[in-house]
Amino acid sequence: MTTPKLKLHGVAKHFGHKKVLDGIDLEIGRGESVVVIGGSGTGKSVMLKCVLGLIHPDRGKILVDGENVVGLRGSAKEEYLAKFGMLFQGSALFDSLRVWENVAFGLIQGRGMKRKAAREIALEKLGRVGLKADVGELYPSELSGGMQKRVALARAIATEPEIIFFDEPTTGLDPIMADVINDLIVECVKELGASTLTITHDMASARKIADRLAMIYKGHIIWCGHKDQIDNSGNPYVDQFIHGRAEGPITMDVLKP
Amino acid sequence: MNNPLALVGRATLSFLGLAGRLTLFAGMSLQHVVRPPFYFGLIGRQMLSIGYFSLPVVGMTALFTGMVLALQIYIGSSRFNAESAVATIVVIGITRELGPVLSGLMVAGRVSAAMAAELGTMRVTEQIDALTTLSTNPFKYLMAPRLIAATLTMPILVFIADIIGVMGGYLVGTAKLGFNYGSYLKSTVDYLEPMDVISGLVKAAVFGFLLALMGCYHGYHSKGGAQGVGAATTNAVVSASVLILAANYLITELFFTS
Ligand SMILES: Nc1ncnc2c1ncn2[C@@H]1O[C@H](COP(=O)(O)OP(=O)(O)OP(=O)(O)O)[C@@H](O)[C@H]1O
Ligand SMILES: [Mg+2]
Repeated sequence: MTTPKLKLHGVAKHFGHKKVLDGIDLEIGRGESVVVIGGSGTGKSVMLKCVLGLIHPDRGKILVDGENVVGLRGSAKEEYLAKFGMLFQGSALFDSLRVWENVAFGLIQGRGMKRKAAREIALEKLGRVGLKADVGELYPSELSGGMQKRVALARAIATEPEIIFFDEPTTGLDPIMADVINDLIVECVKELGASTLTITHDMASARKIADRLAMIYKGHIIWCGHKDQIDNSGNPYVDQFIHGRAEGPITMDVLKP
Repeated sequence: MNNPLALVGRATLSFLGLAGRLTLFAGMSLQHVVRPPFYFGLIGRQMLSIGYFSLPVVGMTALFTGMVLALQIYIGSSRFNAESAVATIVVIGITRELGPVLSGLMVAGRVSAAMAAELGTMRVTEQIDALTTLSTNPFKYLMAPRLIAATLTMPILVFIADIIGVMGGYLVGTAKLGFNYGSYLKSTVDYLEPMDVISGLVKAAVFGFLLALMGCYHGYHSKGGAQGVGAATTNAVVSASVLILAANYLITELFFTS
């Protein structure tokens, strides 16, 4: 049996009295695309941040290429982070840098590439997300929300990392651009052989990108399977979620007048 | 529960906790200050924004302080016929104390606040997290250039403030108090010792480090949204000012006894 690229084992995290993650188990194989779905506020973003060492999990193991990475520091941490690309849900672009410098940041700072060469690559990646070279000279605050998201996407893939996390890559984009982004993610997996973990609420996008899907609910992965199985998962939570029904086992705590 | 001892204990513990975190933070930052690679471009940009753009406010402060100092010392010294001491006391007062301390406080208001606001915004918009995921250490990329730039720039600023402050005293001394141009300058220079200026510049470097450290610390640890950044900014300025005044006493005593 081959070691998975990324494996989460019993990862738990709480904030104050609130248990957000309560023993997450998830595996992503080499060159595999996994999509995680789940309600708002169920800890999907927290899970990604635990893997990236931005949040320290209370317990559990996170294995990258079979090696535990929880609690790594210093240069060992930088080394393992170099394998990752991350698209933040809120884009998190550096507002003091131009768009192309944002995209080239990982190449220049992380890989020590020359500015000129890095710029070429940055403009090429911007082209892949449908942004022209003149956009590269602007500052992030001069872009629309959807454009910022695409710049962030270009930044996440610029260093051609081995593992890429996409936190809601298509929210805020029009349906056509969303599909272009879906194709781009599929390409990343196919061409670069990257392993990707995508979080999305967009079921059309999930079906297109995913090899496997997992659903998170109340701090656990309650269902995980191949994308063809999702329509007859036999799991009432999954059924409710993918059909977007208000009635079902998942109750939203909203007050009705 | 509201036992006064418990209150004192809790306050002491939280103070010790803060001191510990601060020391750790300073240690982490210093480690990256001395270890290559150095980002000269970033350091230069910070030096420009800390130094060059603080010149007007620091210059004004020094000018008026020098002027008022000449007036007050004249009043004091004339009570025992020692008016000739005005020039000497002005220059010593400026170089040893008022130049570094007032410049430090003014720059703290400008620079610590700006650093805390900038880093705080980067924190709450996850830019610092993004930096980490792009294999760049925030201490290396954000803190170190700011600390280096502030520590290098403050002595230069204070040296300029010294000159402007002495000039302020000179203007008032000659134009209003009737001192002779040449003799005012002569007594300014004659009794001035190198240590007066040097101690002031050492203070300036320490203040520069402290005010940048406070800006970075509070910005880096800010939480929440706009409100958290606002609080971080206020805390940065207040703590930088208090630390500058406390450090001023310590350094003065060090130079005083040796
Ligand atoms: N730094 C933090 N401090 C305290 N609580 C936090 C923190 N970060 C996240 N949480 C809490 O953890 C829970 C999960 O947050 P998370 O951002 O992971 O949700 P999510 O699943 O990504 O939701 P969405 O789909 O809306 O993005 C939320 O209830 C949130 O309040
Ligand atoms: Mg999220």
